[in-house]
Amino acid sequence: MYIVVAGGGKVGFHLAQELLQGNNEVLVVERDPVRAAAISEDIGDGVMTGDSCEVTTLDAAGISRADLVAAVTGDDEDNLVICEIARRRGVPRTIARINNPKNELLFKKRGIETTISATQAILAQIEQELPTHELIPLLQLHSGLEIIELKLPVTSPAAGRALREVLLPPESLICLIVDPGGMPRMPGGDTRLNAGDALVLVTRVESVSMLREVLIGSTHGLDT
Amino acid sequence: MNVLIMGCGRLGARIAGTLDAAGHNVTILDTSQTSFRRLPEDFRGTKAIGNGMDGPVLERAGIREMHAFLAVTQGDNRNYFASQMAREVYGVKRVLCRIYDPIREQIFRELGLETFSPTSLGAQIMVDMLLGTAPAEK
Repeated sequence: MYIVVAGGGKVGFHLAQELLQGNNEVLVVERDPVRAAAISEDIGDGVMTGDSCEVTTLDAAGISRADLVAAVTGDDEDNLVICEIARRRGVPRTIARINNPKNELLFKKRGIETTISATQAILAQIEQELPTHELIPLLQLHSGLEIIELKLPVTSPAAGRALREVLLPPESLICLIVDPGGMPRMPGGDTRLNAGDALVLVTRVESVSMLREVLIGSTHGLDT
Repeated sequence: MNVLIMGCGRLGARIAGTLDAAGHNVTILDTSQTSFRRLPEDFRGTKAIGNGMDGPVLERAGIREMHAFLAVTQGDNRNYFASQMAREVYGVKRVLCRIYDPIREQIFRELGLETFSPTSLGAQIMVDMLLGTAPAEK
């Protein structure tokens, strides 16, 4: 396989090393000449200096014959642009590194299905090992759906909003709202969500973290 | 019309001033407070601080109520990214985007954005000025 790795940071460099061991043809495209030279000392001529967001650079890298492009720079906007250009050049598979897990939705909407987020992976691991009290998995259904209970914290970005204004991940539904007084309500589009409400939701297993972002907010100290 | 402008550089500030004077409801977004000095003194619109590539920032700036979103920061990829957020995630109807690189500009236009490249336009105008041919339309 011919694989173009856009971005020669730590991720791109080690990725290239591994791929080369698997007998792939690999080209790392790195903007910084000093960094490119350092990579070259290790992997020889499988590195090219250039801005991988530039169409001319990607063309010079022979992108149109690439089987796969991995966009692994530290900037999500660059990774999106690289994947978009690659697809326009007929590359059958693109993989994007996502630094801010919130951006996953946009990549999916743009049809870039394969995204990897280290932040997200670590977060998921932490959640698995140490379930936070705000989100309680109640029941796993077949077909990848899950019923969860979630308590809206005061910091929730959804608190005070009508349900119709809250952008839930696809195939997620709020089925029941129990207010702090214990009164259950069937939610409608005009129903306002308040801090302290307990929500019972159906969602897809893979959307739980997105749901957490929407309803609980950023919990990992990122400045937003 | 409710308009959100991302980037308060010379172009963003000028567009903001013009639209505001024409009676539109303008919000201008920039990562730096000092950029707002470029706005006209009588600017009545809203100034918001934050990175327009971040969903919560766009939401605080009222993206859901916007009729148009204009991306005019210095970064082509940032402009593209934020424009697609506005269009794909928040469903803003008109999304206009400045892209310096003419090649990327064409690709982004083919991907459905309303784009323009000051590089292409400027080059055309200067060539016309020099050669005395008719000024470029548009």
